[in-house]
This record gives sequence, C-alpha cells and structure tokens, in this order.
Amino acid sequence: MSATLMSETLRYEAGLCSSSDCRVMFQPSWAGCEVEVHSSVERMFGPAIEALAREMLEAYGVTRGHLLIEDDGALEPVLAARIETVLRVAGFESQSEQRSARTALRFCKVENREPGRKDRVRWARLYLPGNQPNFMINADSFGADMLVFDLEDSVPPDRKLEARILVRNMLCSSILFKKSELAVRINPLRGSCGKEDLEEVLGAKPHAIVLPKTASALDVQQLDEELSRLEGKYGITKGSVLIMPLIETAEGVLAAREIAGASHRNAALLFGYEDFMTDIHARQDAVLDNGLVQSSQLGALLARQMIVLAARVCGIEPLDSVIADISDNEALKRSCAEARQIGMGGKAAIHPMQIPTIRACFAPSEQDIAWARGIVEAYEKSMSEGKGTAVQASSMIDAPVVARARRILQEAENKD
Amino acid sequence: MEWTTNAAGRRVPNEIEGKILTPFAGPHADPRGNAFRQVRLNTRPVAERGKPDKRVRGWNDLLDRLDIRDGATISFHHHLREGDAIVLEVVRRLAERGIRDLTLAPSALFSVHDALLPYIRDGVITGIQGSMNGTVGDACSHGLMPKTCILRSHGGRQRAIQEGDLEIDAAFIAAPCADAFGNANGLGGKSACGPLGYPKPDSEHARRVVVITDCLVPYPCAPWAISGSNVDFVLEVESIGDPAKIASGTTRLTRSPTQLRIADLTARFIEAAGLMREGFSFQSGAGGISLAATVFLAERMRRAHVHASFAHGGATKVLVDLLNEGLLGSIIDLQSFDLDAVRSCRENPRHIASDPYISYGPRSAYCVANMLDVAILGATEIDIGFNVNVVTHSDGILRHGIGGHSDAAACASCTIITAPSFRKRIPVIRDRVTTVTCPGEVVDVLITERGIAINPRREDLRERAARAGLPLVDIEQLHAEVLQITGRPELPRFKDRIAALIEWRDGSIIDVVREVE
Repeated sequence: MSATLMSETLRYEAGLCSSSDCRVMFQPSWAGCEVEVHSSVERMFGPAIEALAREMLEAYGVTRGHLLIEDDGALEPVLAARIETVLRVAGFESQSEQRSARTALRFCKVENREPGRKDRVRWARLYLPGNQPNFMINADSFGADMLVFDLEDSVPPDRKLEARILVRNMLCSSILFKKSELAVRINPLRGSCGKEDLEEVLGAKPHAIVLPKTASALDVQQLDEELSRLEGKYGITKGSVLIMPLIETAEGVLAAREIAGASHRNAALLFGYEDFMTDIHARQDAVLDNGLVQSSQLGALLARQMIVLAARVCGIEPLDSVIADISDNEALKRSCAEARQIGMGGKAAIHPMQIPTIRACFAPSEQDIAWARGIVEAYEKSMSEGKGTAVQASSMIDAPVVARARRILQEAENKD
Repeated sequence: MEWTTNAAGRRVPNEIEGKILTPFAGPHADPRGNAFRQVRLNTRPVAERGKPDKRVRGWNDLLDRLDIRDGATISFHHHLREGDAIVLEVVRRLAERGIRDLTLAPSALFSVHDALLPYIRDGVITGIQGSMNGTVGDACSHGLMPKTCILRSHGGRQRAIQEGDLEIDAAFIAAPCADAFGNANGLGGKSACGPLGYPKPDSEHARRVVVITDCLVPYPCAPWAISGSNVDFVLEVESIGDPAKIASGTTRLTRSPTQLRIADLTARFIEAAGLMREGFSFQSGAGGISLAATVFLAERMRRAHVHASFAHGGATKVLVDLLNEGLLGSIIDLQSFDLDAVRSCRENPRHIASDPYISYGPRSAYCVANMLDVAILGATEIDIGFNVNVVTHSDGILRHGIGGHSDAAACASCTIITAPSFRKRIPVIRDRVTTVTCPGEVVDVLITERGIAINPRREDLRERAARAGLPLVDIEQLHAEVLQITGRPELPRFKDRIAALIEWRDGSIIDVVREVE
C-alpha cells in the first residue's frame, strides 16, 4: 500500500518526448532497479539507451526505483542530462569515487578547448533556447561567430535545472561544437539561479558568460569574483572566462561606461532591445504613413550609441540586439546597416537564417578590402623609403586611417 | 536457392518463385538487353461499325464485365495522392465479391492507403509490384505478403509493363476529367491534378482498361493524357477523391535551419561547379530541401542573368513562378503538387505534361532525364561508396517507393544527393546502406549540413568546388564524425526469406529486402 502511495506521489520528470529529446521519469520503489525504454529508434539504439541508463543509475548509487525513458532520437549527452536531472531531483548524488561515475562524468568534462579570446570577430551571434536540444545539435554548422546558450528568458522557471544540465552536457561535446565561440547567458546573479547556472556550466569551459540585465559595475565585479572562484574549482586558467555584460535597462545604459570598464574579462558590451523598450515605456517600431514598419529601432538609438561609446572607450566590441521578425530579410539588412553605421560591431540572430545576412553586412566588402590593401601598401612603401608620411590618391594617410585599414584586412580573414 | 554477387556487391538470388532473375551488372550494362521484347497485351478484336458504348451502369456492372479472378493483377496510379478514393473502393468491392490473392501494381501508395492493411491480412492482397509506402511497406517487411514483392522506379515500372514483366489484368484509371469514349486528362473537374501520365503505360498494355471519373465531359476530352482508344470501360462516380488532399493549396518554404543550410550549399555548389550555365536544366523535387534549393538557385540565376531551358519532375508554385518570371523556359511536369501548378499545366503551353516513358523510359531512345544537367535528389541512407537507399529505413523496414530516383540519377549529367548527415539519432551516412536502390557510380555529390562530399570519380567537380571555397569533406571522415555523434546503430536482424526484390531500371536485380525479425 505504502509502495503504491509512494509511486503515486513521488515522480520526477525531465525533458520532453519531442524530436531529438526524451522524457525521463523516475519513481522510487521498494523493489529492484528497473529501466523501461520506449524509443522511436528502439531497433537501432534500444540496447544502447538502456546501457547508458544503467550506467547512470550505478554512477548515482541508485539501487531501487523505476526509470522510464520515452525517447525520440535523443543523442547521448541529451539522454544523460535528462537522466541526471531526475536522479538529482530525487536526491541522489554522483558517487564520484566509483569507477562507473566516469560514465556520468564523460558528459560534464571537456578536454582541449582553447580558452576564450577577446579579439575574436563577433559579427553574428546566435541565441539557442537552453532546454531545446534539437536547436543545438547542428547549431555549429550555421556559420555563427558565437553561439549563446540561453538559460534565462527562453527557459521556464521550473525547467532551469534540467536546462543547465543539458547546456553543460552539450557544451562538453567537442564533436558537435568546434567552430563557433561558445557563450552561456545565465540568469541574473541577484537570485540564486544565476549562481547555480555558473556552478553547473563552468566545468564545461564556455568561452564567455553573458550577464543579462547588467545595471552596474558591481554586477560585473560580482560575476568576476564568482568566475575566479569557479576557475579555481574546475582547474581553468585564471581570468580566461570572458564576460559579456548585456545592457537592457535605462539604469544599465546610464552606467554603461562603468560596466564596460568593470572587469578585465569584459570582451563585448551587448544591447537588449526588447527589455530596454519595456523598461523605458517606449512604443515599439512605429508604422509609417506608407504602411511600412520602421526598422530603425529609433526608440533605442541614444541607448545604442551610448553603448557604442562606452564599449569603444574601453576597447571592447559593442554588439547590437536582434530583429524578431525572421521572415523580413530586408528589415534585417536595414537594421544591420544602421547598426554598423552607428559603430556596432555585430548583431544577434534568433534564427540561423539571419546569420548570412548579418555576416555579409558586418564583414568588410570587396571594396573595403581593396581600399585597405591600397592604404597599407602605400603606407609600408613610404615607410620603407624612410618618408614620415604617405600619400595615396592625393590624400594624406595618417595613423588612424592605417589602423582602420589594418583592422579591415584582419577582419577580412574571417570572411567565408 | 542459388545466389550471385551482383555488380553492386549485393547477394541476389538467381531465381525466385520459378522465375529466372538477372543480377544487376552496372547502371548501363543492360544484361537483359537480348531478352528484350515488346508485348502488347491489349490488342482487341476489330471494332464494329459505329459508336461504342463504353459506359457501365455502376461498380457492380463494371466488375461483372471485367471478370476479375483470384490471382489477378490490378493497377492504379498515384496522381490523386493523399486524396485518392479509388484504390480502396476497388479493393473493397473485389473483397466483397470474394476475390482473393490479388497483386496490386500501383505507381505509388500514400498514407491514405494504409487502410489496405486488413485486406493484406485477410489474403485479398498477396503481393505488390511497384511501390510500397508507409504501413503497406511495413507489412511487407514483416512478412505479411505471401508473394515476393517487386519495387521498381517509375521508369522501371513503365519498362516492365511494356516488356511484359508486369502483366496487368485490369488497370483502374481515376480521371479528374474524361469523356464517354475514355479520353481522359487531369486538367479539369473538381479533382483536377494536372498531368495524368503515370497510368499511360497501363492504358497501353493492360488486358482491360477502365477510366473512372467524377467529371464526364462531351467527346472529345482533349488534350487527352489517356487515349480512349486504349480504354474498354468508363465509369462515372460521384467522387474519385478528396480535392483538398489531391493538390495542396500552398507549398510553404521550410524553416528548418538544417534543411535551409543544405539547400543553400546546394545552390552554391551548382553555381560554383559551372552547372548553372545559360540554357541549363535541372530536376528538383517538392521536399523541404529540394524546394528551398530551387528558391536559392533561382536567386543566383537572377543575379547572374542566367536562364534555365527547363525544369523536370514534380511541379510546384515555386517552379510556376519562375516560369512566369522568365527564368525557366518550360516545365516538363510528371505531377503537379499544388493548385498553382495544376492551373499552370492547364493554361500555359510551356508547362508540358509528361509521362513515365517520355520522362524516364529505360528503353526509349533517351528520355527527358537524359537532358538534365543536374538532378537534386534525396535519400534515406547513403554509404561511403555513394550507394543510395531510398526504400528502407536503417531498421530494415520498407517505407518508401523508388519513384523517379534511379531514373533521374542514372540519366542526368550530375546527380546530387541532399540529406542531413543524421536524422534525430539515426545516421544517414553509413559504411554500407541497408538496401541499394541506386549504385554509387551514378551519384556524384552528397550535400549535408556538415559539408559537401564529392565522388572521387568526379575530380572535375571537386576542383571547381574547392576553388570556390565551398566546405568539402571526405565522405569517410564525415561518416566517422557522424558515428561519434550518434553512436553506432544496431544492424537490423533479418530472416532468410526475401520479402521484396529491388529492380534496377533495366529489369536486373540490384538488391533484395528481407523480412525483419
């Protein structure tokens, strides 16, 4: 009787039985350890799924209980994340002294990942909802400069734990993620959630942490300290994990200068359009007389310019927000051109379809490259001839022009 | 049973159910060429004077006059797709009459035909020649079909009918528009479907030919896709199917990032490889990747001011728009997928309705597919030797027909397979495909989201793609990488019994599908 009562009341669940994901349920019981697998790929992977489940149960020292897996083709890191979630919620802990714990640990450790570099190009960054494995699996193939695994707005409050375990496991897959820079948007550090995010994902060595709703230098410093502590814990080079403050409130905009300079880890200053517009009570894009929707995000122009100034003063990249309408490529183009014009160094994408457009806009054009090559050649020639100044097409070439030209040539190397 | 290892490296039996089989000898070897014969099954007595009365009073009258017996072979076409009501109607009525042991010879089946399952279980249907899809394929794989089934491509089916390999006792041709003489097309009526070419070989060679229509028009129903001179009976019914499911209202572009990535790479490859020349031609299906690839290719044609002479295969709004824009000289259409394509086929003389002999006929003096510069095709699996499987899934179960796949691949100057490198957890790239439907010799390029793999036979294409900076991958490395991601799947466990033969377009046996455990 009590067993029945128990199984009816206590049931732990994680994941969804949707494409490339699985739903895992665990019920404590008095009898032995049972694993039940229902999978759309059962004929090909049924035994492998069950073997993984058994290894996980052993690694967590589970001797009693019923584990039910409803799978629709989840990859191993996904299965392992879902199983780990239910076992941890049910109160089990990794028996790290046991040999079998290596199973569980192979999904939360990553070897040979180059630490983050501040000077990377970040023209297009793609946001990935943190609890949806199907969006993550091929994300590295779409040419984004940076992938941002989101644990904040795209994850409902009751799914935070399973999302951060999933993101950790995915980040550890060096075969799925080889090219793009890897960042995690954690929850704000004010609550406990943000700290738990960090604690969970940092072992997977993300290159950068995106800090949402950054309002002051203090927010960044707090993250900096927390990162230092965790770098020690996980044996990561001190100071190597980068910070990208995301400014999306009026308070944050006014403190942009201090935020940008608050940590030597800062690599970019990000702007969040939607939250900012809500914060300042601004109306969204106006509909013009001709019926066209204005794409210029005019309401946030000053804020975006302040972010550009603050970032540039501190020698880091200002990166612009997203365009939510993924079907309107023309609006995206206009918005990118405008962002570039005001000094932004890149833009966010919420659908991979947007990446080529964004990259094409921020990458130097053939004309830019030809111009830059001309400048640098003329400058180097005159330097080698011992002249102090150079002239090209009757214009003086001075130091900032040469610097801009060199930067364009450097960026051109990142082009497709 | 004696076995031979054929030119595709597969063990195939030398005979089955008393019939001698010819092993596949290469895509263009034609090992049965000497046995080639043309059988015209439906020659009739010299007609009497005056107008015939081909109209029957109803289903019972029709079936009485057709005199279908146990063991007969009856054929159908798939122009009505998911909207078809005729296949089930005919099978149900024959079952009610106590007929058993039928062989079905459809040009394709759809999920609406999953309802055939009870008739398979009851022994009303005991074999299928042509195409098996969904539940029917599943049933065949599980040994529910007592006869050995045969899967053929559209071209192969036409050839088999023409040569008498497939003898049809009665062809049931659902026609959106017909006259009382039996002339029929798919252009008019409430069930309009565009071309009506797939049943043409059936109409020419079956012993008895029936046209079933829900839109009877005065003689002559022209242009006729099916000539009344080949038709014995005409049956008028209330409805031949559900128009909403015959041609879809719209064809929407995929939003799957993986599919879009593959489509983008495909268009870039076609341009970079020099295939996108003025007056070139292509075939691209109506699936997510193909449709998007067509859209992206059109963008590149527009930018480069290049026009295609024709597009071949299934027609959609996407192609119709290109035709109207002038980017396409014409569409050679085997089946219209949406209402725009149906309308265009009816109204635009440059939208040409085709049939399987003209499009894919293996024994024609070359076919439309031979005129293709590039064919963009799909696959359920492809292996490191570029052999392609389009009929079984990696679990060994039959789920699709071959369609025009082998015909287009074998005839086009460049064959591109577009596919994700894995679906969910199932690798698409294998060391050995579960079933070979198309040999690697006629597959030039594989395009996945993880890069482009080019058949070593096509060094010319590889060089041009490399020069354009496209992401090239070695197919064996890609295979190894995919296995690292998915893990190695268990191989399907088969019984000894052969459930189906896979016929190459020339009638030789390229592979077999065994019953699964």
